[in-house]
Amino acid sequence: MAESTDPKALVFEGVSKTFPSGTQSVTALKSVDIAIETGKVTGLIGPDGAGKTTLMRLAAGLLRPDAGRIRVLDIDVVERPLEVQSSVGYMPQRFGLYEDLSVQENLDLYADLQGVAKTERPERYAELMRMTGLAPFTRRLAGRLSGGMKQKLGLACTLVRPPRLLLLDEPTVGVDPVSRRELWSIVYRQVREHGMTVLLSTAYLDEAERCADVVLMHQGERLGQGSPESFSRPMRGRTFHVTAADLGKRRLQARLGSVPGIIDAIVEGEEVRIVTAEPGVPELSGAFSADEGLQTRDVDPVFEDAFIARLKKRQKSGGPQQIEVSRRSRSAAAADEVVIEVRDLQRRFGDFYAVKGVSFNVNRGEVFGLLGSNGAGKSTTFRMLCGLLPVSSGEAQVAGLDLRKAAARVRGRLGYMAQRFSLYGNLTVMQNLRFFASAYGLGKNRSRERIDWAMDAFELTRYADSNSAELPQGFKQRLALAAALMHEPDILFLDEPTSGVDPLARREFWQRINTLANAGVTVLVTTHFMDEANYCDRLVIMAEGEVLAEDTPADMKARFRDSEHPDPTMEDAFIGLIEAHENQGQAAS
Amino acid sequence: MRTAASRMRLRGMIRKESLQILRDPSSIAIAFILPAVLLLLFGYGVSLDARQIPLAVVVEQADANTASFIGTFEQSEYFDPARFDSIQSAQQAFDRREVFGIVWLRNDFSDRLLSTGEAPVGVILNGVDANQARITEGYIQGAWQAWLENYAHYQGLELPTPVALETRIWFNAAVRSRNFLVPGLIAVIMTLIGAMLTSMVVAREWERGTMESLMVTPVHIGELMVGKLAPYFILGMGGMLLSVAMAIWLFGVPLRGSLWVLTAVSALFMLVALGMGLLISVVAKNQFVAGQISIIATFLPAFILSGFIFQISSMPAPIQFVTHVVPARYYVAILQSIFLAGDIWPIILANCGALLLMMVFFMGLARRKMHKRLDA
Repeated sequence: MAESTDPKALVFEGVSKTFPSGTQSVTALKSVDIAIETGKVTGLIGPDGAGKTTLMRLAAGLLRPDAGRIRVLDIDVVERPLEVQSSVGYMPQRFGLYEDLSVQENLDLYADLQGVAKTERPERYAELMRMTGLAPFTRRLAGRLSGGMKQKLGLACTLVRPPRLLLLDEPTVGVDPVSRRELWSIVYRQVREHGMTVLLSTAYLDEAERCADVVLMHQGERLGQGSPESFSRPMRGRTFHVTAADLGKRRLQARLGSVPGIIDAIVEGEEVRIVTAEPGVPELSGAFSADEGLQTRDVDPVFEDAFIARLKKRQKSGGPQQIEVSRRSRSAAAADEVVIEVRDLQRRFGDFYAVKGVSFNVNRGEVFGLLGSNGAGKSTTFRMLCGLLPVSSGEAQVAGLDLRKAAARVRGRLGYMAQRFSLYGNLTVMQNLRFFASAYGLGKNRSRERIDWAMDAFELTRYADSNSAELPQGFKQRLALAAALMHEPDILFLDEPTSGVDPLARREFWQRINTLANAGVTVLVTTHFMDEANYCDRLVIMAEGEVLAEDTPADMKARFRDSEHPDPTMEDAFIGLIEAHENQGQAAS
Repeated sequence: MRTAASRMRLRGMIRKESLQILRDPSSIAIAFILPAVLLLLFGYGVSLDARQIPLAVVVEQADANTASFIGTFEQSEYFDPARFDSIQSAQQAFDRREVFGIVWLRNDFSDRLLSTGEAPVGVILNGVDANQARITEGYIQGAWQAWLENYAHYQGLELPTPVALETRIWFNAAVRSRNFLVPGLIAVIMTLIGAMLTSMVVAREWERGTMESLMVTPVHIGELMVGKLAPYFILGMGGMLLSVAMAIWLFGVPLRGSLWVLTAVSALFMLVALGMGLLISVVAKNQFVAGQISIIATFLPAFILSGFIFQISSMPAPIQFVTHVVPARYYVAILQSIFLAGDIWPIILANCGALLLMMVFFMGLARRKMHKRLDA
């Protein structure tokens, strides 16, 4: 049979899938061709809405394609889904752990369902527990595990009978870097020891480099497939770090972004990283004068550069126009003025301390980041500072007002953008803006003025009469930001503003935030994207309700420079801090 | 078909579901505490019998005859009479809802009694509660009839009564409403456990994303269904036995039929309820919607249209027609006859036939609608 010699573990041929959505239909996959090689780790990489989850579900036989053929391990998945399901392991985005069952009971259930013989179990369990480090917790309820441990248990349940093909749907999203590193090492071990084929999806572009092969997806289409190097190699000689002695990094970035021939400019630490359209040092003498002290140096390209370059080639559009935040004049002089002052802040839920003794200051016009994994206490800190959650103990002043006494007045001074863009999906863009204007108590003229401003500055006019639920992700985010700025706040709180937004929209968003910061708006932002911390002026890294370190991004990374990591990333810094913290905890006890 | 692997999967599902029930206080509450509360409420709180009805008595010209007539009301346990001087004041009390009815003896009561042997009595009743009014009317008529007979007897007269009614009430000789309410309540309780609890726990699996993980394992839909239903079947039967025990020992409801027949019939009804629950959970994939649908589609009909409180034969014809699709109707009929009359096989078999059809329908439909796919 010709089929048995086929070395591909998973083959998609011209697969399309659309979902009905109200009166319209949404295309999740457009005639996708993919072939995944056996015995390798293949990364399925793309932002939200790329079609990653749909692709995974199709491969697992949970969905039926509208067109095309899917063969999994040489079996037609549409015709014989049960056969596929007995040799495939699939871990959905939210793995179905039973939180009211213990670690052991969860394992037993999946061992029963997967038909693992009783005699093989003790050995397999021991191996899985050793790999995941869950051995001391077998009797603990799954609901009481930390986010990272839950994810590892989910993986263990999927691996209880070693599958020939392992499908992992965003296993690392929102997981702390330490657990993330462990998840990767478990995956690689399976490939080594059992010759397993792994297809793993992720929205973190920096994880591409960990895969042997990469499938790049965007808006339901396959942009390319190959080794990570094959993506970044053509980018060699096109990536640079630029600094200007007399120019702030944000002004520099804004100006570089509008230079022709530069397709990407982002703030990275104290420098600006640029990607050029053609190889070679960009010609900057036209845009900058010699006395501005411009310095340019070569840097190694990363996967994200290649992704951005490909996306930019597809959609030719300029960056966002410079927005004027408000017509109210702001005193740029008072740059050292402390706007947010937090001292020994604590928040208790029962006998659990979600935030234990957090202190930091934020100056006017600063972009200040709270970096940490899920459950680190970022959102709790945030809600206290917004006056949404009472403080258990400690002091917090926002805009010179004591939070414990004047929470309502504090709220009037700040703009808040929640994690899931709290917009009204069935109201139009215009109606949403009108609602937020009235919620902030703007008068008739003022609200008309602000709505005109929002429509203009965020380029929303074209969508004024569309329901906000139907907007593309990037536009939803623009609208949410516009809504938070209706009352011209001096302080902007952003809670995980970019999770689930594609890299282009993310860049555009940060460009707007930069403009706001330049105009003197103080920005406090939480994120679990390690690389996003580079956009901040200063940041704190949090874990288990505590601040582990406070620094500028460059200095934070510099702390962990050693022979092994000559150019440490924010993730290296984070892992270093967590490990130091854990050692300290062990030494103390 | 039953392979070792299949048995292992089934056992795994049942064990997981049972552990979840044991750890979730709310399912224990719905299965055991809620039935107990409902039974206590209906057993003690709700009574459809009329006792101590407040009556206004107006006597325009008092004499020995009126006193003896009113005396029968005062001695009766059904009435709580109060004397009023005039019909106007009695009417005011009536308007204020202090009394449920008025018994009015005009000034010619004794005259007409002596001259014709008949004594017309004016009776005014509050018809807002039609059921209570009808019962009260019957009681007053009875009291009046008895008094007239008694009067004639003492006067040495023969009362011209062409037909003498001799009533005997069967099955529930004491006419205690509790005796038919409590068995009927068992149907409501089992609907609650079977349909509502089951639909909500399946919806919970969708909500928490555990269903997606289950579906990608080699488990068959049949095993998934049986594994899910078996523990709730046992839970529901436990709730049923608790209710029967309370009915017999706490409320003194007689059980004239056999406990085995009752258990077998209940098991059949439990399967119907589970089938409805499963079907709802296929449609509703979140707990709130599943709860709402099961209340409207199963719980309320079991309450109102099953003949548990409201007699089906006294409903308007279209509504009577609708009751045929309410499974609880057949079960209530069987329950009431097993408890109060005994194993009346024609009734039991006919209603069981209907239940069997419904079980096949609901289970079959649920099985057809459940797929191991997310887009179906």
